[in-house]
Amino acid sequence: MATNTSTTPLLKLRHVQQIYTSGQRRFTAVQDVNLTIFEGEFVALLGPSGCGKSTLLRIITGLQKPSEGTVLYRDQPLRGVNPHATIVFQTFALFPWLSVFENVDLALKARDIPAEIRTPRALDLIDRVGLDGFETAYPRELSGGMRQKVGFARAMAVEPELLCLDEPFSALDVLSAESLRGELMELWTSGSIPTKAILMVSHNIEEAVFMADRIVVMDKEPGRIIAEVKVELPHPRQRKSDEFQRVVDEVYAMLAGQTESEAVELGSAPGEQGHTRALPKIAISDLAGLLEYLAELPNDRQDIYRLPEELNVDPNHIFSLTEAAEILGFAYVEKGDIILTSLGETFAEASIQARKEIFATRIRRLPLFRWLATLLSHSENRALDWDVIQTALELEFPREEAEKQLDTLINWGRYAELLSYNDDRELVYLETPLPAPQSVR
Amino acid sequence: MGLLQNTAVPPRDRLERSFTAGDFIVILFIVALLYVGARLAFNAPAFIEGPQISLEPATLPWYTLLSVGRMLAAYFLSLLFTLTYGRMAAYNRRAEAILMPLLDILQSVPILSFLPIVLLGLSAFLPQRIAAELASIVLIFTSQAWNMTFGWYQSLTTIPKELREASAIFRLNAWLRFKRLELPFAMIGLIWNSIMSWAGGWFFLMAAEIFTVGSKDFRLPGLGAYLQEAANQGDFRAIAFGLAALITTIVALDQFVWRPLLAWADRFKVEMVESDEPPTSWFYDLIHASRLFLWAGSLFAQANEKFDHWMIRRAPIQADWKENGSKLNWKLVAFYVLIGIFILYGGYRAVEMLFSVPWLLWGQIGVGVLATFLRVSVSLIIALLWTIPVGVAIGTNRRVAAVLQPIVQVTASVPATAIFPVLLFFFINMTGGLNIAAIFLMLMGTQWYLLFNVIAGASAIPQDLKYTSALLGLSRWERWRTLILPALFPYIITGAITASGGAWNASIVAEYVHFGGQTLFATGIGSLISQATANGNYPLLLASTLSMIVAVVLVNRLFWRRLYKTAEEKYRME
Repeated sequence: MATNTSTTPLLKLRHVQQIYTSGQRRFTAVQDVNLTIFEGEFVALLGPSGCGKSTLLRIITGLQKPSEGTVLYRDQPLRGVNPHATIVFQTFALFPWLSVFENVDLALKARDIPAEIRTPRALDLIDRVGLDGFETAYPRELSGGMRQKVGFARAMAVEPELLCLDEPFSALDVLSAESLRGELMELWTSGSIPTKAILMVSHNIEEAVFMADRIVVMDKEPGRIIAEVKVELPHPRQRKSDEFQRVVDEVYAMLAGQTESEAVELGSAPGEQGHTRALPKIAISDLAGLLEYLAELPNDRQDIYRLPEELNVDPNHIFSLTEAAEILGFAYVEKGDIILTSLGETFAEASIQARKEIFATRIRRLPLFRWLATLLSHSENRALDWDVIQTALELEFPREEAEKQLDTLINWGRYAELLSYNDDRELVYLETPLPAPQSVR
Repeated sequence: MGLLQNTAVPPRDRLERSFTAGDFIVILFIVALLYVGARLAFNAPAFIEGPQISLEPATLPWYTLLSVGRMLAAYFLSLLFTLTYGRMAAYNRRAEAILMPLLDILQSVPILSFLPIVLLGLSAFLPQRIAAELASIVLIFTSQAWNMTFGWYQSLTTIPKELREASAIFRLNAWLRFKRLELPFAMIGLIWNSIMSWAGGWFFLMAAEIFTVGSKDFRLPGLGAYLQEAANQGDFRAIAFGLAALITTIVALDQFVWRPLLAWADRFKVEMVESDEPPTSWFYDLIHASRLFLWAGSLFAQANEKFDHWMIRRAPIQADWKENGSKLNWKLVAFYVLIGIFILYGGYRAVEMLFSVPWLLWGQIGVGVLATFLRVSVSLIIALLWTIPVGVAIGTNRRVAAVLQPIVQVTASVPATAIFPVLLFFFINMTGGLNIAAIFLMLMGTQWYLLFNVIAGASAIPQDLKYTSALLGLSRWERWRTLILPALFPYIITGAITASGGAWNASIVAEYVHFGGQTLFATGIGSLISQATANGNYPLLLASTLSMIVAVVLVNRLFWRRLYKTAEEKYRME
């Protein structure tokens, strides 16, 4: 039943919104999402971190009530945790004090299934995910890949109609992730599990193209669906094939390819009209490392989705670094490739002091940084309390995000030798006067 | 080092705030409660004579059994209280706002101040023997319950989000959640806190088994009463026998109950790595492998299955989302109104009673608070002076640890109150003898919290920092100043908060003693509380208890919590 998508809708989201309020500010985590999942479908939710895809998964399973909109399951509105759905968690969420068997057994016991049915079913599933012989082992004795197999066995033991996967492979090493993906696809496409539909949250484009029938692309600020891509390649899919690569590039273009005008790209200052762009939270040494790496490649360019594997870092981190490089004008993105600008090349080859100078000129352009500098230059002793600045930032960002933004601002400003920060007194200082800061008011 | 699990120190977010309206209401509530106790106490029979306590060593096994029984009853009461109270505080935001400050303040109320409420209150409507027995159990309860409740509450509020989500998605009902998630997650902390609670119970056992209130003399046959009577008569042979019985009991409990429990509970640790040195117990290994145990285990499994089935049927999960803006629940409102009336009326009458205390006595109370404050401070300083070097030696040097650790553990487990009479014998003829002895008792009762925390802190200093400081060629003093002391700071503060609270509570037994047929007392708030109880002077009892609560809470909020915050923010090595 798995591969031929039917037209019977299993789950519908109607105008679903998730809004958090902190103080006066409203923060939209998920904005007006409409989505239908049909029986027999494998849907992937893809997007950068912070785009609300995990929130959406929690709304779909009923773990979280949306602020607005309805979730219809088989045309019935959901009013609590969906009994027909289960989740395979990114961090496994196994009970550390229960053995492999007990972890799977517990899910069945909670549904009040008698022991004589429960035990063989749990054993069968443990066997099917390839953990035969490990029934009495505790999670801490297993490798990450094996733990996730327990997660799969537990989720499938209760025979859910809707199987939700919350970045299930992202905490695993490359090899275990790959073999587990293959095994799941085999179970799914052979129709040997009674699951009606699978919904996977992912930030790995290749993984989504490899597994899903339909990819729902989301973007952040606010979290929303921006596009859908049908993947009509037959299983098992060949990663090296041209068709596969074409789909990957297509999806990537949707995620990061749009080039926008500089005003939109850089955003506006807090308090001004328009949207203040959040700075990606990255360490400058990592950014420098990426630029150096790119500078040594032919044509100073590389496929972005190759970078995580080549550099052995999390894809999310690569996205953040790419974003930072773009904002600072060190690189640009074209058709799924990141390409160094001549400024980026200069930065990569510069000495420590020269790098700081380049960096300083670049961050002075950022409206958020200009805003902070103006604020500081108008203050007594050119210094302000951390809390004061954070409060001001909270007009634009939710509380936690404001804290992170300020942290990033100070880090960048310290590197550029434009700001200094006294941790004891929690004071932020402006080091040198900015050349003619524009009025921000 | 599990003793770190000690959670008399409240969780971080609660430490951030200082006084709230909740605190005020809570203090008023306790004052009202004390007032009601005092009122009831007026109605108790005027003259009561307890049974004779025999000093014959042959009676000791029986007495010991009685005391252990009382401790056990109090412990189960504490456990019941812990599980319900902690749960309410952890899962209901509105309840939390009142329950946690209440708990915080309850633990600063000295055990004797509960005496009139429970004892005389109970004996106003129960037969005297039963009332005394129940009162003793409740008094022991008040020395056991609070830290357990804090620990359980803290565990419940720190269960990882993904485990909670997994329990929801796999439809665990309230029972399975308790059994498979909450209890296992909290288990290790609960056991360590239970060990601490039993130690607290032994410490105050003497005060909980023999007490006089005015002309009413209550005694309960038991180990605590035996030791107290032996001290009263200055009978050193009896003291020696009593101490031997006590230490035997404590060691036996340690070997046959707590160590096996700890070895068993190792499976409940959350870390995903195998620990290097899991707790071991020969007794656990012995019974774990026995046939009888296996047989009992299989029997238990069957019963367990049936019980779970029954509980799953009985308590179906409430899957529905809670509606926002819950409707006004008239029962709850009525309850709040009743509590409010109680607080207002009781508070009013209590204040009236407080006004009946003459100014001169208030002066004495002020001096008493100051004197006890000085004693507590001196005992803390002495404790710091010796525990820091010794703790660092044990914590950083395996060989020293191997020698000292067992000695420390045995010494720490002996309740200081039991040895106190022996000490008094040495100090009594010195000038200011009782003063020195009182400080000594406070020290003996509380230094262990500090020591165990220092050991834990010292063993947590990262190896690479030690290497770095060695490579930099830092002198001994510089190494202490730049590495060891800053690294220990959060641990020292955590230990000192508990130690300081304990020392204040110990003042009631340290500053007022019956010894060799005479009653000795020093100037201090603990002494005033004990005297007020002994003379049945309820207004004085109320006034001095209130003063002590306020003093302890003030010291905690204005001094310790600030230090704790600094420690958490600046010196935590994470």
